[in-house]
Amino acid sequence: MTAHDPSLARPNAPVTTYRYDAFDAAFVRERVAEFREQVRRRLEGKLTEDEFRPFRLMNGLYLQLHAYMLRVAIPYGTLTALQMRRLADIADKYDRGYGHFTTRQNLQYNWPKLVDTPDILEALAEVEMHAIQTSGNCIRNVTADHFSGVAPDEIEDPRPTAEFLRQWSSAHPEFSFLPRKFKIAVTGAAQDRAAIMVHDIGLAIVKNDAGEIGYKVVVGGGLGRSPFIGKVIRDFAPRADLLAYLEAIMRVYNRFGRRDNKYKARIKILVHEKGIDEVRAAVEAEFAAMDRSVFAYDPAEFDRIAAFFAPPPYETLPADSQKLRAARVEHPAFGNFVEVNVAPHKIPGYAVVTVSLKPIGGIPGDATSAQMRALAEASERFGFGELRVSHEQNIILPHVKQDDLFDLWKLLDAAGLATANAGLVSDIISCPGLDYCSLATARSIPIAQAISKRFSDLSRQRRIGKLGIKISGCINACGHHHVGAIGILGLEKKGQESYQITLGGDPTFSASIGEILGPGVTAEQAPDVIEHLVDFYLAERHEGETFIETWRRIGHARFKDVLRREGEDGADI
Amino acid sequence: MPALKHPQILLASNLTDGEVVFLGPSGWERDHVKARVAHDKDEAAALEAFGKAEIAANRVVDVYLADVAVGADGVPAPLHYREKMRVKGPSVRLDLGKQAAGGA
Ligand code: HEM
Ligand code: SF4
Repeated sequence: MTAHDPSLARPNAPVTTYRYDAFDAAFVRERVAEFREQVRRRLEGKLTEDEFRPFRLMNGLYLQLHAYMLRVAIPYGTLTALQMRRLADIADKYDRGYGHFTTRQNLQYNWPKLVDTPDILEALAEVEMHAIQTSGNCIRNVTADHFSGVAPDEIEDPRPTAEFLRQWSSAHPEFSFLPRKFKIAVTGAAQDRAAIMVHDIGLAIVKNDAGEIGYKVVVGGGLGRSPFIGKVIRDFAPRADLLAYLEAIMRVYNRFGRRDNKYKARIKILVHEKGIDEVRAAVEAEFAAMDRSVFAYDPAEFDRIAAFFAPPPYETLPADSQKLRAARVEHPAFGNFVEVNVAPHKIPGYAVVTVSLKPIGGIPGDATSAQMRALAEASERFGFGELRVSHEQNIILPHVKQDDLFDLWKLLDAAGLATANAGLVSDIISCPGLDYCSLATARSIPIAQAISKRFSDLSRQRRIGKLGIKISGCINACGHHHVGAIGILGLEKKGQESYQITLGGDPTFSASIGEILGPGVTAEQAPDVIEHLVDFYLAERHEGETFIETWRRIGHARFKDVLRREGEDGADI
Repeated sequence: MPALKHPQILLASNLTDGEVVFLGPSGWERDHVKARVAHDKDEAAALEAFGKAEIAANRVVDVYLADVAVGADGVPAPLHYREKMRVKGPSVRLDLGKQAAGGA
């Protein structure tokens, strides 16, 4: 059985996603067979854990606090209904009936058994999925704007570029043992929804004065222990040069990146220590000297890939749906959903829907297998069978007819997926923290749940407006806390879980790293502190200002002052 | 007998399914209630040595000692919140992990 099996084909199977060719399929199948053999040898005692660990990590298998964890790659977050169903089936058969969608647009299973992992990988391979390069010091899953191909502010769909990079970076012999992991994100829009400024390499598709499409290349961003905003290394790299230019960056990093200290091994440290000018000079020298013929750009190949992402067969529709207008008036809950979770689409009569995986009091990013199936069904009935995972840990249905929104909402509501909070204060990004993660220093999910419950009133949330809270359970920053308008970092202080709060982080083109508010707070205090900050913002904001805009205008010190007054002498906040 | 600051138990992850296991009187146990408690450094070293051999025998991975307090009933309870979590399961999903079976 393969994904091309006609018996699996659906009348409205998506036409806008990449399909494996014979080479891809054979490569993934070989890797599964290889891993099956490695697992067998491990279980027979022929491989020690030290020998086996690199093999399991190459296949996305970690050992966590309570069990193994398998990280499945979702290239640039794009999924078909068929794949989503398969993820649900795997969750039921080999895991505990749910999966966790991550800030890297991947999916993690929290309870797989080592012995079952080869079967899971085989089940994934049947639907053109795998876990390759989801771990280790290689180029990881390339991420992209979750509104790719449908955003009205888009210069070009970033997915063909991301797919081009995926093919270039997969099993790249020179870059399989980099000093450290490497993350690339691509956006093609005027507004950055892919957080490209905080990736090792961020690419923004741009048009130059001559009207040619190319890339602004940003390098050296990253979060973790030492967060940095990336720097522009090239304002414009023509598409024809992209692979060669990235190859040149990778070579310079591979040569000069530090290998003596894992905490200083990311390219952000190289850029920080040498300065962007020196790194740029080295990259340009490499670029000029290297044999570029091997990376010669083949426009036909790019077009071939781009054709996979061609628009689905949209209908010609009026820009405004009467049906939608009537339903909004008649059903206020639906009206709120449309106001908050539905974004404009570049094609008249269509809409982009964000399905929140953040029910009030829920676990951010978790979806049950029943919910995954409901999402698959929703995408088939109302969205050409295509879904996206956003780095905000939500699911996107990118092509829904406005006329269908009400029926879609009913389907989502029945599955517990209609929370109207996209982008609001309860749409919290949270890593698994100490509830699952063996590296964590504190829990993060319960903090997210407590804050979400505190702000459970959705109309109050709408009054507060766009506000990103992001929580990580340790300095590795998987929950992006550095770039949260309100960031929360779980730490251990004197044997207790303690939470450090930062303000003013921004993951978009205007990127900034949040500033620390003061001493850490306890888990119990966290919701109060957040509420005080929000109340202060509400009192101070000018008409139409978001939290971060108010914070930027009036300054960090004023926010800090509020808290100092709240706690007696500020000692415990 | 060199004293320990706190009594200790030995934890590991089971190789085939990754579940947390505890060294008991006669092998690995899935319930920490049955964990063997080391009261001095020699006993702790013996637990550790056993753990190393078990790693070599490919039965478990990630073996380490954790501090506990021993209750009046003789049951060891981890002192640090990380291991408190490991003996039960995720604090946000009481239906998962060891606690789901009504154990911890
Ligand atoms: C087995 C669980 C995990 C492990 C062992 C792990 C490990 C790490 C480590 C060591 C770093 C720091 C890298 C560095 O800056 O040098 C990191 C960063 C990061 N991880 Fe994770 N992580 C895990 C789960 C997750 C999850 C669940 C997500 C998404 C929800 C995630 C997304 C990220 C992101 C976005 C960063 C950002 C920092 C950056 O590299 O710029 N990770 N992770
Ligand atoms: S931030 Fe820390 S606790 Fe959270 S997933 Fe990453 S490594 Fe684990």
